Amino acid sequence: MMKKLTIGNVSLLIAICLFIAMFVGGSIKYDRFGSVSTIFNLFNDNAYLIIVATGMTFVLLTGGIDISVASNLAFTCVLSAFLLDKRWSALVVIPLVLFIGTFAGFLMGYCIQVFKIQPFIITLAGLFFLRGMCAVVSTVSIPINNAFYKSLALSKISFQIGGSRAKLYYYVFIALAVVLIAWFVLKYTKFGRYVYAVGSNEVSAELMGIDVKKVKIAVYAISGFSASLGGFVFSLYTLAGYSLQNMGLELDAISSAVIGGTLLTGGVGTVIGSMFGVLIQGIIQTIVTYQNLNTWWTKVTIAALLCFFIVIQRIIAIRAEKKKA
Amino acid sequence: MKKFKNSLEIRPFLALIVILLACEVLYRVMFGDSFFKITMVDGHFYGRLIDILRNGSKYVILAIGMTMVLATAGTDISVGSVMAIAASVACSIVDERILPSLHGNVFAAVLIALLVGALCGAWNGFLVAKLNVQPIVATMILLTAGRGIAQLVSDGKIVTINSDAYYFINGGYFLGLPIPFYIALFVLVIAIILTKRTALGMAIESIGINSESSRLSGILVSKNLWVIYIFCGIMAALTGIVESAGIKGADCNNCGLLYEMDGILAVALGGTALNGGRFSFVSSALGALIVQTISTVIYAFGVTPELTKVFKALIVVIICLAQSPIFMAKLKGIFSKKGSVAA
Amino acid sequence: MATKLLRMEHVNKSFPGVVALNDVEFSLEAGSIHALLGENGAGKSTLIKVLTGVEKMDGGEVYLDGNEIHVTSPFDAQKKGISTVYQEVNLCPDLSVAENIFIGREPKKHGHIDWKKINEDSKELIKEFDLNLDVTKKLGAFPVAVQQMIAIARAVDIKAKILILDEPTSSLSQAEVEKLFDIMRELKKRGLGIVFVTHFLDQVYEVTDTITVLRNGGYVGTYKTDELEKPALIGKMLGKDFDSLAEISVTQREAGENPEKFIDVENAGTAKIKNVSFSLNKGEVSGLSGLLGSGRTETARLLFGADKMTEGHIKIHDKNVSIKNPLDAIRCDIAFCSENRKTEGIIGELSIMDNIIIALQAKRGLMHVVSKKEAAEIADKYIKELNIKTPSRDQKIKNLSGGNQQKVLLARWLATDPELLIMDEPTRGIDIGAKAEIQRIVVDLAKTGMSCLFISSELEEMQRCCNTMYVLRDKKIVDKLSGDNITEANIMKSIAGEGEN
Repeated sequence: MMKKLTIGNVSLLIAICLFIAMFVGGSIKYDRFGSVSTIFNLFNDNAYLIIVATGMTFVLLTGGIDISVASNLAFTCVLSAFLLDKRWSALVVIPLVLFIGTFAGFLMGYCIQVFKIQPFIITLAGLFFLRGMCAVVSTVSIPINNAFYKSLALSKISFQIGGSRAKLYYYVFIALAVVLIAWFVLKYTKFGRYVYAVGSNEVSAELMGIDVKKVKIAVYAISGFSASLGGFVFSLYTLAGYSLQNMGLELDAISSAVIGGTLLTGGVGTVIGSMFGVLIQGIIQTIVTYQNLNTWWTKVTIAALLCFFIVIQRIIAIRAEKKKA
Repeated sequence: MKKFKNSLEIRPFLALIVILLACEVLYRVMFGDSFFKITMVDGHFYGRLIDILRNGSKYVILAIGMTMVLATAGTDISVGSVMAIAASVACSIVDERILPSLHGNVFAAVLIALLVGALCGAWNGFLVAKLNVQPIVATMILLTAGRGIAQLVSDGKIVTINSDAYYFINGGYFLGLPIPFYIALFVLVIAIILTKRTALGMAIESIGINSESSRLSGILVSKNLWVIYIFCGIMAALTGIVESAGIKGADCNNCGLLYEMDGILAVALGGTALNGGRFSFVSSALGALIVQTISTVIYAFGVTPELTKVFKALIVVIICLAQSPIFMAKLKGIFSKKGSVAA
Repeated sequence: MATKLLRMEHVNKSFPGVVALNDVEFSLEAGSIHALLGENGAGKSTLIKVLTGVEKMDGGEVYLDGNEIHVTSPFDAQKKGISTVYQEVNLCPDLSVAENIFIGREPKKHGHIDWKKINEDSKELIKEFDLNLDVTKKLGAFPVAVQQMIAIARAVDIKAKILILDEPTSSLSQAEVEKLFDIMRELKKRGLGIVFVTHFLDQVYEVTDTITVLRNGGYVGTYKTDELEKPALIGKMLGKDFDSLAEISVTQREAGENPEKFIDVENAGTAKIKNVSFSLNKGEVSGLSGLLGSGRTETARLLFGADKMTEGHIKIHDKNVSIKNPLDAIRCDIAFCSENRKTEGIIGELSIMDNIIIALQAKRGLMHVVSKKEAAEIADKYIKELNIKTPSRDQKIKNLSGGNQQKVLLARWLATDPELLIMDEPTRGIDIGAKAEIQRIVVDLAKTGMSCLFISSELEEMQRCCNTMYVLRDKKIVDKLSGDNITEANIMKSIAGEGEN
């Protein structure tokens, strides 16, 4: 069935095609690029960002924004590293940091919804506050030596494919599970559809009997949860906590969502798209590394790509408006 | 009197005074000295208030550009990156890394950096005004690319410069007061003249409130938006120049980092609604001084500078809550209940 | 006697500074259509908001089937069987048609939403409304009239006992209105109680059984529709025997004896309408008539440069002009009051004064600022001349009533001293008193030599005001009527496409 060319679909389609094209292009150009290992490494290196971008997608779908995620993630890392260093049990630390992250998101959502404060501003406060608290906990990098963390961080599936060795770390499955659950929630549960409804037209949603307040607070809590879960995965990835980690990650998450077809006005987008957004950014990074270029080329390329997607979205939107008239 | 009470400037002004007085009292109690102490050395004033004035001027300049953009219900999160580009351009010219034919002429360097800022603003304006892209998304492009471009200019290195003329932009004095103060004052006056002597101010407000109505009333919305984003770009570039003159070089990775947040914070503290409408440059300037005061105060009290962020966050929350009628109504409810119980 | 389905007694509601409802009562019988009437500000919408839980009432009781209820939210109202369809379609454009019908009460299978059932059920449902469309498509892709029908389908399907229709007909064509009425009658047979809020009195007489009138937040009375004559009804609504509508009867027909041509449109077109040709004379009121979607608004927007002109020419005083945007049009002495007062007219947070001078300011150019003194003079002049009810010129325009906002917009355009004034539905959604005033102003302006282009859905009003009338059908001008030929019968004939060939 040929679906109508909507903004979300087209962007997602382009994103997937682009990803494949880049992968094929890279494989032709570079030795050892075209392998399962490259793909797996994309997941290994970006698992935390996939999780954060998934949570961010929920917020963006309601037409909101959460720029506190990077700080939230960093705070999770620093706090868990700090507590583990103080010989706390990992089984206490993990639930605790996840709770704190979720609660921070909930609190911001509460202020946004109940006191009608702009999301940008209140999550900006969250950004400053959590980043500041990182430094309060520790200004130096704390290594994680906890046995549980270590075993989890190093466990991987590894197998031989055509001469190269491909590894997939266990924590990648956390990310994949998050995406899968989020996809199911958004498509098949009431709550998920309410997220779209609220983003599409908040007033209508309210009048149709949807508890907009709950939905909007919930998405920020979800975003907070994903940020701290992303933080957990990131602490597995680096096995350290440092207060200046991942500055600007919120923009990576947002641009992933945009590249994946999410409209920042709300109502349109998918978590699968956001995941591809992350992977595209990852593959650009990989190509830049292979090409032996300065890392800032990554940023410039991503920006160019972002620009391309935004313009495409605008053109489709303008065409749709014309058609309707 | 009523007019005075209603004006946008009064709240940030009072807030600034209260913060400063609280510092003075605390400082006297803790250190037995005046926070306000100003000394005169070689005909230049020195002291914390002067520091606030000097370092706060950057925020003032940035906030003035940001105010215009926010009043049109837009936003520009690329200013930090534009600062980095401008700083990189200016320093590279002064250091004769690029355009060696100018022989490191400081005046030309500043002018070209401002032009580059205008160009950045024009790009943002193009996306916002012509393609109708949401401002936050549109400016995100330059935010992402900006530092890359800045490194392209400086060839990926931190540029350090050796030019007294360039240092003068930040470190110089005139009539005992630091140069950045005069730059900020000049910009403020220009901005006020630009909006009050012409009807640009009204156009900005009406675009921010209802852009379609404004268009149908004959306001050339996209042209005006373009001008406003260009102005914001120039202001960001100017901030970048002042900043780089202060650190005597350009570090593309760190110049202007998170300044977009500080700029927006300053405007919000000044009381301009972030979703467009009424605005005041003076109150944004006061908001910018509050932002700087917090940093200076934390430094003066010997608290770790990292805590600055926490304080900024708390102040943002307090101000947002104070501006939220729902919160104030709830607060009133609690107090009146308590009052009635006591009675 | 039928059971009282709904009874509201002693309802009170105040907003800061205004008493919106003062001891109002309202009762609805099952199996009836009940009109709720009143001028703007009479309290109709507040009463509905109270009933549907959007606003909390300060005092009073509501009984449903004889039991007292307390509605806490719109959702709660729905659960209790009170459904509402609002004037502006309140659905989610980004969700599919089917979802819009079922959201908030999705059928589930194995713990997740049963998409198949949703799509099948909604297809069944909309068939009852004579709609046949792909329910999996996004709602936003359909025209407003269809969206409205879907909103009603949704409201009906949630097992409503009471259906509230708040001005549902203002965006529907005549045929669609008829269809809606058929549906309303059918629902009435099924035993629903329907509350019908409207500004169109003819529709009230066509479809309702009972009328309740509110005035200034107070209860006036409830009457059987067939026992209350129209003039008497208007009298109740206005609180006086109202005859000023009759005053401006057909007096202006002789006006254009030797008309001077102002504007000539030749084969002009935009993205939305093609091949428009007509001309307007000075000192005349010309009408654009036709059904919604026939191209009336598009024609007006073309003249004003609100939509980009892609073809053809416009001549003013026999000279070619280029109108690329509204500012160009304003500088050609053209003014345009949009039909969408809120989104395309007022600038809510600005004062009345600023709202009045903004177009003049734009016309002069932003560099030539209108001084405070001059602005105040202009504002005061029009507040007085147009009888704008406001405590001061510094009041924010959003605080005014609809009629007064409309007058401010009129003032905005008069301040630019236009030669052509285009008004798209200037009297929609405002009360009868203000309506009559605006009609009178239009006619008076034409007498002073201005050229007016008047668009309205109310034929009676058009007939009363216009010297000439262009009739549009399917985005084409199909007829031109003038003088005594402008009768309701003739217009209807042209709209319907009779009398051709």
